[in-house]
Amino acid sequence: MTNRTVNLNVPVLARVEGEGALDLSIVNGEISELGLRIFEPPRLFEKFLEGRHYMEVPDMVARICGICPVAYQMSAVQALESILGIEPTPWIRDMRRLFYCGEWIESHGLHIHLLAAPDFLGFANAIDMAGQHPDIVRRGLRIQEAGNAIIRFLGGRSVHPVGVRVGGFWHAPSRSAAAALREELQALLPEAEALVLWTAALPLPNETQDFECVSLGRAGEYPITRGRIVSSRGLDIDIAEFDSEFKESHAPHSTALHCHHRGQDYLVGPLARLNLNLDLLPASTRKLAQACGMHFPSSNIFHSIVARALEIHAALVESIRLLEAYAPTDTPYLEAAPRAGVGFGASEAPRGILWHRYELDDSGSIVSARIVPPTSQNQARIEADLRTSLNHFGLDQPEEKIRHHAETVIRNYDPCISCATHFLKLSIDRT
Amino acid sequence: MSRPRIAVHKFASCDGCQLAFLNAGESLVTLAQRVDILHFAEAGWIDQFAEVDIAFVEGSISTEHDIERIRAVRASARYLVTLGVCATAGGLQALRNGVKESASWVADIYASPQYIECLPESRPISAHVKVDLEIWGCPVTTEQVLGATASLLNGVTPANPGEPVCVECKRRGYTCVAVTQNAPCMGPVTRTGCGALCPGVGRACYGCFGPAELPNAAAMAEHFEQSGLSRRDVARRFLFITSTAQPFADIGQRYKEQDD
Repeated sequence: MTNRTVNLNVPVLARVEGEGALDLSIVNGEISELGLRIFEPPRLFEKFLEGRHYMEVPDMVARICGICPVAYQMSAVQALESILGIEPTPWIRDMRRLFYCGEWIESHGLHIHLLAAPDFLGFANAIDMAGQHPDIVRRGLRIQEAGNAIIRFLGGRSVHPVGVRVGGFWHAPSRSAAAALREELQALLPEAEALVLWTAALPLPNETQDFECVSLGRAGEYPITRGRIVSSRGLDIDIAEFDSEFKESHAPHSTALHCHHRGQDYLVGPLARLNLNLDLLPASTRKLAQACGMHFPSSNIFHSIVARALEIHAALVESIRLLEAYAPTDTPYLEAAPRAGVGFGASEAPRGILWHRYELDDSGSIVSARIVPPTSQNQARIEADLRTSLNHFGLDQPEEKIRHHAETVIRNYDPCISCATHFLKLSIDRT
Repeated sequence: MSRPRIAVHKFASCDGCQLAFLNAGESLVTLAQRVDILHFAEAGWIDQFAEVDIAFVEGSISTEHDIERIRAVRASARYLVTLGVCATAGGLQALRNGVKESASWVADIYASPQYIECLPESRPISAHVKVDLEIWGCPVTTEQVLGATASLLNGVTPANPGEPVCVECKRRGYTCVAVTQNAPCMGPVTRTGCGALCPGVGRACYGCFGPAELPNAAAMAEHFEQSGLSRRDVARRFLFITSTAQPFADIGQRYKEQDD
């Protein structure tokens, strides 16, 4: 079997957000070439942001990603406020955390049920899965909807929410709206617990690898909206120092830039966050992490789906806490006169660190913008993972199985290729 | 009778309009019980050029390959429906259209620009093929998309209201932000469909559903200028999420040039 040359071409990779392809050559039973190609047509956001007013930025950068617009808005306002000298009030900080919890619940809920779980249970999609597991899929859709409801509470709508402005939120929702939402979330908490146990019982591959986990940290809370950049290998830097540690390079096969830490691939996202911040989880989530039979920190990358479920639980607990303490305010936002400067913003998008840098002139126009999304940070890690895990899986396996396993590996990272797009053409070339 | 068949395609976009399906909850399950979904990559169905009754298209056309693909999608679909502002008007990324320096932008972002395939302009689907229904919105809503699906499959012309956001504000009893705050609200010239979200949170509408039917954009721009906006700021109001849509494009350009 290893002596034949095979060209396997799968025209579209299913269940990822965006357009990509995988090239794989197997020579004499070894991988000789492997590249995850991303060819989302470039949309050139960083350039057309130039010359726009800073107040337009949250509504513009939201359009980079329909699945994680909140992340883009939150990293941007943090960077811009640091230039303008705005220090958010506790109310604004709390509401940003709540708003962001909504996006984690929505995005993780969508990924677990509609994108990832069908792989582990042998279905092509979640609707087929719903045929045999209707309660599981419906529970997933309810959890996803709860996340959307949180985003709507502050943002008006869950995709490209309109409630955010530089300086805070346009309005403070009513006490009764907060109470109704809290009740809805409270009712969902047992379902989120059951979800964690369900993901932990899935037949997940055992694929232990050695990789550096990178996330925000040292903010005194489970990292969502802010923090320093820390890693499992002792890194601990201010977000302004990102460039001195992390280098973006442009691989010829991709429209996404690859990011390395001192020449090495690294992991961002739910598993990296959980591994590095276990002690900051809400107590009930921590207990659940112990009860589910998994051992964190984990170096089995397939435990990412359990990490997502645990983060859904943590985000629900956090949201309920923030809503219980909720009172409307007369100053949902702060204002400041424009001034020139450079500012950095970093927050934990559902898929990992989302880093922004802006330069403003004294009239408040954008001079330059730079955005490093989590998927470009994970891309080198995905390729390294594929090399290792396909070898473990067995390169002599039938093509169909290799293709399915490769797709499973890629989907496990929840790559958002719109933050970069979809055609995963897998061409396996075997000689 | 065989079940209706639908497909959902993506071009250059943020994936946010597909979420009108994926965020539909129970309605997504119901839809899948009533129609055959043949292609919807993000949700796991792959059969790009299968014959379908409705092809929904998200995203704008920005590469040569996109042009070939949209022609094939058109050829295989009874109805072609655009989902949202990218597919209907080129999207926010059309802000690069007509910018002289945009050719060098790729080189500014990518170290190896020779590997990046990208047309100089981001264009709507209708620039390349016939479109049967255009659904505006950035993003579109589940109500718009499922409503259009139900109508088309029942042989009814889908409702596609073109009235301005102002009408929705009145229906909901919202305080007018233009009158009470002198906010530069695009509501009088912007198509409704969002539920008047921005005035609902006390801010000016920024036009993400595109131009309403017969909008008096020239008077709107004049009003903005009289209320204290610079010509550059007036231009920015019109050249934003739907910068290629008329009459926003012409009014915006006029104010931009007068500012330069």
